[in-house]
Amino acid sequence: MTLAVFFGCTFIAFGPAFGLFLFTIARDPLRIIILIAGAFFWLVSLLLSSLIWFIAVKASDPRDERLQKGLLIFGVMFSVLLQEAFRFLYYKLLRKAIEGLVALSEDGCSPISIQQMAYVAGVGFGLMSGAFSMINLLADALGPGTVGIHGDSQLYFLTSAFMTMVLIFLHTFWGILFFHGCEHRRWWEIAAVVVMHLTVSGSSFCNPLYVGSLVPSYMLMAAAAAWAYLLSGGSAQNLRRFLLCLRSGASPQPGS
Amino acid sequence: MITFMNNSDSEEEPCNERTSLMSAESPPVPSYQDGLQASEAGEVQAHRKRRAGSSRSPNNIAGGEMPGSGVPVRESAPENEEEELTLKYGAKHVIMLFVPVTLCMIVVVATIKSVRFYTEKNGQLIYTPFSEDTPSVGQRLLNSVLNTIIMISVIIVMTVFLVLLYKYRCYKFIHGWLILSSLMLLFLFTYIYLGEVLKTYNVAMDYPTLFLVIWNFGAVGMICIHWKGPLQLQQAYLIMISALMALVFIKYLPEWSAWVILGAISIYDLMAVLCPKGPLRMLVETAQERNEPIFPALIYSSAMMWTVGMAKPDTAARGSSQQTWDTAEDGRERHRSPSHADSQMSETRSPVPTRPITSLEELEEEERGVKLGLGDFIFYSVLVGKAAATASGDWNTTLACFVAILIGLCLTLLLLAVFKKALPALPISITFGLIFYFSTDNLVRPFMDTLASHQLYI
Repeated sequence: MTLAVFFGCTFIAFGPAFGLFLFTIARDPLRIIILIAGAFFWLVSLLLSSLIWFIAVKASDPRDERLQKGLLIFGVMFSVLLQEAFRFLYYKLLRKAIEGLVALSEDGCSPISIQQMAYVAGVGFGLMSGAFSMINLLADALGPGTVGIHGDSQLYFLTSAFMTMVLIFLHTFWGILFFHGCEHRRWWEIAAVVVMHLTVSGSSFCNPLYVGSLVPSYMLMAAAAAWAYLLSGGSAQNLRRFLLCLRSGASPQPGS
Repeated sequence: MITFMNNSDSEEEPCNERTSLMSAESPPVPSYQDGLQASEAGEVQAHRKRRAGSSRSPNNIAGGEMPGSGVPVRESAPENEEEELTLKYGAKHVIMLFVPVTLCMIVVVATIKSVRFYTEKNGQLIYTPFSEDTPSVGQRLLNSVLNTIIMISVIIVMTVFLVLLYKYRCYKFIHGWLILSSLMLLFLFTYIYLGEVLKTYNVAMDYPTLFLVIWNFGAVGMICIHWKGPLQLQQAYLIMISALMALVFIKYLPEWSAWVILGAISIYDLMAVLCPKGPLRMLVETAQERNEPIFPALIYSSAMMWTVGMAKPDTAARGSSQQTWDTAEDGRERHRSPSHADSQMSETRSPVPTRPITSLEELEEEERGVKLGLGDFIFYSVLVGKAAATASGDWNTTLACFVAILIGLCLTLLLLAVFKKALPALPISITFGLIFYFSTDNLVRPFMDTLASHQLYI
């Protein structure tokens, strides 16, 4: 255990997100603020859903296993719905902020577009969600111990790290999809995001049967990635040009 | 010290086309210069010193100080332009405050989590005489409230004392006091801290090396803080002493008292800055009457103003740049000095002395910085550190408090830009921090623990 597991799991879970942060968000102060505000909104949604779950648990019989399990499922689903509700609220807030920025700017366009905000908000949600899932695990991984010595899965840390990574990515893409749906009034996109989120959270009930939770989640992530890419103006052609290092609009040339 | 303050009067506002290109305003150092007009660009700046004869909106003048707040924008003619620039600069200034606050918190949390010394109970300060070791909850609550009352009264008394000293121009006394405080922080507390860190990691160090290290650290710190030094070194030292002070508080304040004190101090801050008879407000107004910089208590400044080549003699420029660094901060001991109130004031560094410009062609970017009182650093770090120390080994609580404080700071700066008057920075952040600490510790933690034990993901 200890350092190797700690660093391994940290980089698996947060490496891509950290890369995204470093290359796309860290330079622009406005984006950092939107990121942190997104994290805050996720936190508030978690707080409210924990409150509901806590009240429900305290009001119920602690010895009834099935009831507790049912309450947990309810808690998870309610939390997912609340997160999406707060994503919508955050969208509303950012809309107002954009209107303010547009009104204040000289040339009538805001320094940041709603699509960029959607992306940053998604990353904010994802980072906070991932951090809350993973940080305590990482702190424990640093200390002595043996994973799964009582008969649980030995892959606990590793699968948690992978699950966290996929969740961070998913939140990013969901942010883009959700905001796009809100912008263009396509409610089915919003519904798709909610359903996807419920599916991913629901699939985690299969744990420790990791093939039932990780595989669908990664597939959903790929689908969401492709969808978000298309919605953001990407296309197969763009991708081909990018991969072949072609200049846009020019005939194929070596290098760039 | 006093001479440094006077030197600032020789400041000249550089006027050049570059300045006017960058922003509509080229604010002069208000208190240092008379008759300088500052035309403002939409820079988020809190000018706590009044510009003599300027037509500034009263908010900036009156309100110069707010605990840990950025600065309101001045209104000026091209308001739209300014306001957009306000937001643009505003975001930058918010980040300029986020980074040092985050660094200070990281230092405090890292120390708390690794060095046992700061979480051990080893007695209490004399300002919190009542013990919390009582069996009954009511008694404990009562003791913590009494401790808070005593602590806040001490702070009020010291602040009022400071204001009186300032009113009656006892500058030497104040400066002597500050120097003594920073001496103690930089030498004694650093020695204790270093000792504990070495003990934790079981590293042996001989006394001559220790003496050398502490002496250098302390001496350079005194010079940087009270005299001149590179800006980043100064900032680093201020962060260090804020962290040290916060650690002292975390160690010596009993648990419940710490939380009640945090709550009480944000209320006190709110009243001291906003009420007409508040000590901080009186301090600000006195300083403005005298057209002086409010005497440099512990203030963290994030940048200094550079100007582009102007016809200014180098010596004057150098003098002013010294002034810049000098007025940045004075070391001060929190629980001994009343300037804790000052430490809660933040101001922007308005047209601060420029760097010595050697050639007219030298183009430097004009940058205005934001100032934040060290008291805000200290109390933010106390909150996060206490969360790290007492939250059942849970990192989620620490993280939640951290995000809450940053959002509070952001909101404060936003409110500042909206209301354009001095606002205290402690209340919003501390309120958020306290709410999130208690709710995360009691509500979110069981939920997340249950989820983690079943490996469920939301």
